[in-house]
Amino acid sequence: MNRRVGTVTAVRDETRTARTLVLDVPDWPGHLPGQHVDLRLTAADGYSATRSYSIASASDGTRVEVTVELVPDGEVSPYLTGQITVGTPLELRGPLGGWFVWRPGAPEPVQLVGGGSGLVPLMAMLRTRERTRAPAPFRLLCSARDPGSLLYAEELGRLTDPHVGDHPRLTVAWTRTAPDGEERPPGRVDAALVSEVTWPADREPTCYVCGPTGFVETIADLLVAAGHDPARIRTERFGPTGGARP
Amino acid sequence: MGIITPGFSGRPRSGDADLPPGQYLTRDFPVLSAGPTPRIDLDEWQFEVVTEAGGRRTWSWTDLLALPRAEVTVDLHCVTGWSKLGTTWTGVSLDTLLADIESAADFALVHSYGGYTTNLPVADLLDGQAWVAFEYEGEDLDPEHGGPARLLVPHLYLWKSAKWVRGLTLLLEDEPGFWESVGYHNYGDPWREQRYWDE
Repeated sequence: MNRRVGTVTAVRDETRTARTLVLDVPDWPGHLPGQHVDLRLTAADGYSATRSYSIASASDGTRVEVTVELVPDGEVSPYLTGQITVGTPLELRGPLGGWFVWRPGAPEPVQLVGGGSGLVPLMAMLRTRERTRAPAPFRLLCSARDPGSLLYAEELGRLTDPHVGDHPRLTVAWTRTAPDGEERPPGRVDAALVSEVTWPADREPTCYVCGPTGFVETIADLLVAAGHDPARIRTERFGPTGGARP
Repeated sequence: MGIITPGFSGRPRSGDADLPPGQYLTRDFPVLSAGPTPRIDLDEWQFEVVTEAGGRRTWSWTDLLALPRAEVTVDLHCVTGWSKLGTTWTGVSLDTLLADIESAADFALVHSYGGYTTNLPVADLLDGQAWVAFEYEGEDLDPEHGGPARLLVPHLYLWKSAKWVRGLTLLLEDEPGFWESVGYHNYGDPWREQRYWDE
């Protein structure tokens, strides 16, 4: 079942609480943006723990990047965002998942909506669009607490530069603290923002919504209320498998 | 055992055999089924895995018995409240059955002779957590306990350990099984007491 062993070749801190692990996976078959991997960690006494992480990178040979957000009481994420070092071998299964994926050949517009680290699989889609020069028009709405917690801020700015013709349009809803010069006061994504900055339903975009369960429920409801066909709204909630085990 | 992850220790492990919340100990082996016990001819028995791409892999009874087997001693927890500790089973690990299957599926729907179904994440079938079991305490598995072979996934409530198992469908999207469609919890972790939908 797609079992492989990767090696950490680099780590990159994205925010105070999120880190990207760059893995080299020798027999990696390539992946679609939106897919994930299950990482399996094993302690010296044989105890093991498995967790799912979205792939952040576009498919690129044997290089696979995942971004891990620290869960304060977590069992695995403190290790992956803390102690792990370059050279560590990691058992993994993947690529996994076939619903929450974007295929670069698909012509229809794409609406991405991400909350917090729900941005990770959406970033893989943006990076894939850039890498493959796919023509599908993209818009991205993401929600972040404050400027210091927005993942990939610099690269997002570059990939969505409004001065470049067909670049995706980026809107960030700052929920706690907005950067200087931001017109919209801090607050959650609401119906007004959705109607202002996302694709109108009559463009029939495919919508990808990823984030914590509450965020995904809210956004999916807003999109349906805005007239989007539920069949074109794809969602991914955190914790795809059973979650913490005893 | 997997590759050791240097510096990873995981949660503290406790060695005591406490019961999950709301469970009581039994020394019997109660029988609970959703319908009559199907009788399956071993010459016709088969176990089939169907992937999300439609690929099929089938094992006959003879094929199954020719695979490497595992003997495991595990605790059973039934959603109706009883737990039975230290039961010994012989079967074939799902790691063995799924080893060469090409699939990106996250979910599995388990099918039984008689029409029963149950769903669980593929991750819960792997890594030494699930078996197709055909012996119980050294004897052939009785039909009322799921013989000739049942799924054994002891870290979840026992309704996930489908009796009279005949195969798995690997799915990209989760699909509820029989009990999961009528009010039982989709995942069913006894240690988090996930008995019903609202838990």
